[in-house]
Amino acid sequence: MRMPALKLSAFWICAAVVVLLGIAVTIFDVFAINTFIYFAAYVVLQYVVLATAWNIMGGYMGYVNFGTAGFFAVGAYASVALYNLIQAPLALMIPFSGVVCALLGLAMGYLTLRLRGVFFAIATLAMAIVLETMILNWDYVGGATGAYILREREMAPFGDYVEFLFFVMLLLAIFAVAVARWLERSKTGRGFGAIRDDEVAAECAGVPTLRLKLIATTVSGFLMGVAGAPFALYVGFIEPSSAFNLIYAVNAIAMPMIGGATTWLGPLIGALLLGTVQQVATVTISSELNLLIVGVVLVFFVIVAPEGIVGLLRKWWRPRKWWRPRNDR
Amino acid sequence: MFTIDLLLNALVAGVLLGGFYAAVSLGLTVSFGQLNIVNIAHPAFIILGSYIAYMCNSLWGLDPILVGIIFIPVFFLIGAGAYRLYYESFERKDDEALRGLAFFFGVMFIIEVGLIMVYGVDFRSVQASYIGQNLRVGGVGVPTRMLVPFCVAVAMFSAVYLYMSRTFNGRAIKAVAQDRLALQLMAADPVKIKQLGFGISIGTAALAGALLIIIIPVEPSVGRLYIGQVFAIAVLAGLGSIPGTLVAGIVLGIAESLVSTFFGPSWAPAVAFGILLLALAFRPQGLFGR
Repeated sequence: MRMPALKLSAFWICAAVVVLLGIAVTIFDVFAINTFIYFAAYVVLQYVVLATAWNIMGGYMGYVNFGTAGFFAVGAYASVALYNLIQAPLALMIPFSGVVCALLGLAMGYLTLRLRGVFFAIATLAMAIVLETMILNWDYVGGATGAYILREREMAPFGDYVEFLFFVMLLLAIFAVAVARWLERSKTGRGFGAIRDDEVAAECAGVPTLRLKLIATTVSGFLMGVAGAPFALYVGFIEPSSAFNLIYAVNAIAMPMIGGATTWLGPLIGALLLGTVQQVATVTISSELNLLIVGVVLVFFVIVAPEGIVGLLRKWWRPRKWWRPRNDR
Repeated sequence: MFTIDLLLNALVAGVLLGGFYAAVSLGLTVSFGQLNIVNIAHPAFIILGSYIAYMCNSLWGLDPILVGIIFIPVFFLIGAGAYRLYYESFERKDDEALRGLAFFFGVMFIIEVGLIMVYGVDFRSVQASYIGQNLRVGGVGVPTRMLVPFCVAVAMFSAVYLYMSRTFNGRAIKAVAQDRLALQLMAADPVKIKQLGFGISIGTAALAGALLIIIIPVEPSVGRLYIGQVFAIAVLAGLGSIPGTLVAGIVLGIAESLVSTFFGPSWAPAVAFGILLLALAFRPQGLFGR
């Protein structure tokens, strides 16, 4: 695989700058007056992870996953269970939730991916509801009444605990985008593209479709679980209807669609844009209206700009090379 | 505690519920099974039908079933229009897999949030003379609020079945799924036929919604739960089979009723999805599939 060093470094330099900025902002507490900004930014970053994870299945491979909320919530509940069990710290919760959801993704894929793509989509939706019912009836993690999880008030260099969570989510977001970007440019990613364009042809050309699909569900599941892991700590109280909220599934689809589903940059742009708009709208207008905005924007983009913002940009403006995908699809 | 009485009650309730489920899934059998349009928003249209029945019932005291029947043409037009949009935006470009799904998902979400904005998240129910009565046959109680929707559902079912098997247009709808080109060679326009079919599919949602709100109170987000039921039935029936839909509906109704009688109602939602997952994993061609 040919990948000039300059291209690689540009991405990582950006990532490093973002991390340093994150450290600077949280430690020196630039927004000292208002911790709400960390609350809001955390949600936006969480959507970066979810949208990127969704895009690995949906954008690269063309398999629509409606069950993002299910994966997210299982990630959240896995860390609650681990916390109840051994009072695990966040550093343990995140990989644990990730692995649980990766296994879930693998099982899910194994059960359904041999079918037509549409059945996969419906099965993911079904899975989310089955999981919700199971969690509702599982008293160890609170069942229908929910569970409290106590977090420390402060975290050593970061000040407020929310600032710490914000920083963790920032790292996770960068991790997710890096994984997606790496996958996209690897041989595996080209296999994904082949599956999206014509699965039968790909199969005939010797692309190991089932294995690639399982890789995609596993990686995507892992990332979604990781995004959910700190959720209980973030809200302090977890109950099924908030963890399994449909908004996660809708956003995870809408954001890559708006940004542009075929590159790693699409979900990033979509999540930052739509996530920020939602946060602003929740505060300034109303939370129902902001949900409506998501739905309308999704339908609008799907009809009018199927390639998303990245596609529009590409049409209007020949960009510098570093962030374009290797093979212009 | 397991008694014959309880079992009989659960079975009767299951059959009644199943007839209703079949009516709810009928639209999806037509759109998903026969026209190959994965209308994931179908339950949302049903909920919309429920709310229209609720509105007319609470404002003017109209009978919910009557409202449902009156609104069938309106829903038919909405469906036909929606198909136009779908065709122009996705199907013609051969792009329905990813974007078409996302489109219907967005539509579902818009309907749900729209209803929440207008009516809030409270449960709503309707008033009618046959709600709240109970017929007793031996040891088995038959609530009329289940019996009436069951009868209406079976009637609607028969009507659609007759239309699909006896009229030219109905047969054309069946044909368009099997061989689009052949239909074109018979000088029928597949797009118009699919538009008709999708209109019928959404039209049934108006009445199904009215039946739903007679059976249980409705709030905007319950639509999502019915996605499990309708897709489970459509898949279990063997996509596109109308008689299969009735059988699969009753199977699911009985299964759900037994589970909620013997394990508790909080497990009931998982039944449909569980059956759906099992059917997808082990018998994707359904009970009556080819």
